[in-house]
Amino acid sequence: MSFFLQFMIDVLSLGGAYALMALGLVIVYGILRLVNFAYGELIMVAGYTMYLTSGSGLPWLVMAAVAVLMAMLAGIATDYVAFRPVRAKSVTAVLITSFAFSTLLQNAALLFISPRPRNVPLPEIFSETVQFAGVITPARNLITIATAVVMLALFSWLMRRTVLGIAMRAAATNFTMARMLGVPANLVISSAFAISGLLAGVVSMLWIGRIGAVVPGIGLEPLLIAFIATVIGGMRSLQGAVLGGFLLAFMDTTLNFTLPQDLLKFRDAFTFSLVILILLWRPQGLIKGPASGQRT
Amino acid sequence: MLEVAGLQVAYGAIRAVRDVSLTLAEGELVTLLGANGAGKSSTLMCVAGALPAAAGSIRLEGKDVTSARPETMARSGVATVPETRDVFPDLTVDENLQLGAYTRRNDSRGVAEDRARMLEMFPVLAERYGQPAGTLSGGEQQMLVIARAMMSRPRILLLDEPSLGLAPTIVDRIFEMIATLKDSGLTILLVEQNASKALAVADRAYVMRLGRIEAEGTAAEIAAATDLRALYLAG
Repeated sequence: MSFFLQFMIDVLSLGGAYALMALGLVIVYGILRLVNFAYGELIMVAGYTMYLTSGSGLPWLVMAAVAVLMAMLAGIATDYVAFRPVRAKSVTAVLITSFAFSTLLQNAALLFISPRPRNVPLPEIFSETVQFAGVITPARNLITIATAVVMLALFSWLMRRTVLGIAMRAAATNFTMARMLGVPANLVISSAFAISGLLAGVVSMLWIGRIGAVVPGIGLEPLLIAFIATVIGGMRSLQGAVLGGFLLAFMDTTLNFTLPQDLLKFRDAFTFSLVILILLWRPQGLIKGPASGQRT
Repeated sequence: MLEVAGLQVAYGAIRAVRDVSLTLAEGELVTLLGANGAGKSSTLMCVAGALPAAAGSIRLEGKDVTSARPETMARSGVATVPETRDVFPDLTVDENLQLGAYTRRNDSRGVAEDRARMLEMFPVLAERYGQPAGTLSGGEQQMLVIARAMMSRPRILLLDEPSLGLAPTIVDRIFEMIATLKDSGLTILLVEQNASKALAVADRAYVMRLGRIEAEGTAAEIAAATDLRALYLAG
């Protein structure tokens, strides 16, 4: 029983973080049909904001809020710098500009801060462990689960109950029709980037909470995870992104528990083999999402 | 109210609309007829702002709106019902209607009144209120798209082939509704393949062929002067 509980906590906390990462990627993809390769750098921006404000003596929550806000601004900046100028012209151009913006941000961190890890302040509670029902688990796992629940609820409320959210869902199926109803294209796209940044910022707090430090390349792994989770779940579906995140976490955790010690370092190879099997079975991803509209 | 002059619309090197001039007076129902590929829908989508004009001009109440963005046209009071019957399939009927009122989302009382009126006008939508629009039948989707367009309280309604692919009884219902909308004073530009039905409700008509206006006149004149079957077979 306690083993099962331990397993569930691991899956849910890892899956919660993965699901938020995937949502942040798919919200932009759903509307623009373009992968934002600078997504990982939003996580990096939030991390370095924490590092830079660490000497300020502000309470941790305030610093975290500033960091999340910076990630949102960086998200909106991605739209203005990498997407908006070339969006209507060429898909290839946007791929290149989003890579370029990603490289630019990483190199700025290398150049102006340092290639070496920088410590990020963490509240006490992140390093504490909790014991209940025969399970010993880091408190940050429970915090991650709670944060994921709150963020998913907030996200779902935003997409279902607000006019902006409904407009974004409409724009994801048929952008031109949404515009013909008066929904401004730029507002929808910028909002998607802002929400993407919000999710990246929150994920960053949880992700860095595991490591306690930030490096320029910190965004690569979350980007990869988000990408794989959305591919498994279905690139076009918000529910699919969440499902894909939890499924990926389930596979990772199961392998962690079952693989013999000397095979554990090859865990990713096992995970990716499973991903390939899933895609052979369902090339569209698990949830197909709405019928595709045209690119804008 | 709406003046289109010398309009050209091109898809790459292909000019779908070569020279279209038409006018729409306030309260008028004007129909645009012609064979498949004559350029009717392209003309309409260009007026809606969804396609850029290659040449020519579009003026709305004297103001130049050539190649304006679709969201700008919607805010200026032009509502569009495209041929492809674009409901948002995974949004509920209610959410579709709510989006229709996007341009006046601050007038929540007016929006609520209009929503009630639309549901009264289209009782079937009231029954399907919470369902995803993709689960509606073709006729129901067409009604939803028209109701959604009306939620913006438009001054001009652009209707593209509202009868396309619908059962005859539903087509009759749709045309009754178009007549009701016209009686309420709405200005309507109707693109139709069902020429006899369209001419029965229209004030005036234009006939398009190969991207140009070939004939124009009152609905009665066009109905009398034109061999309607030839119109469609001639391409």
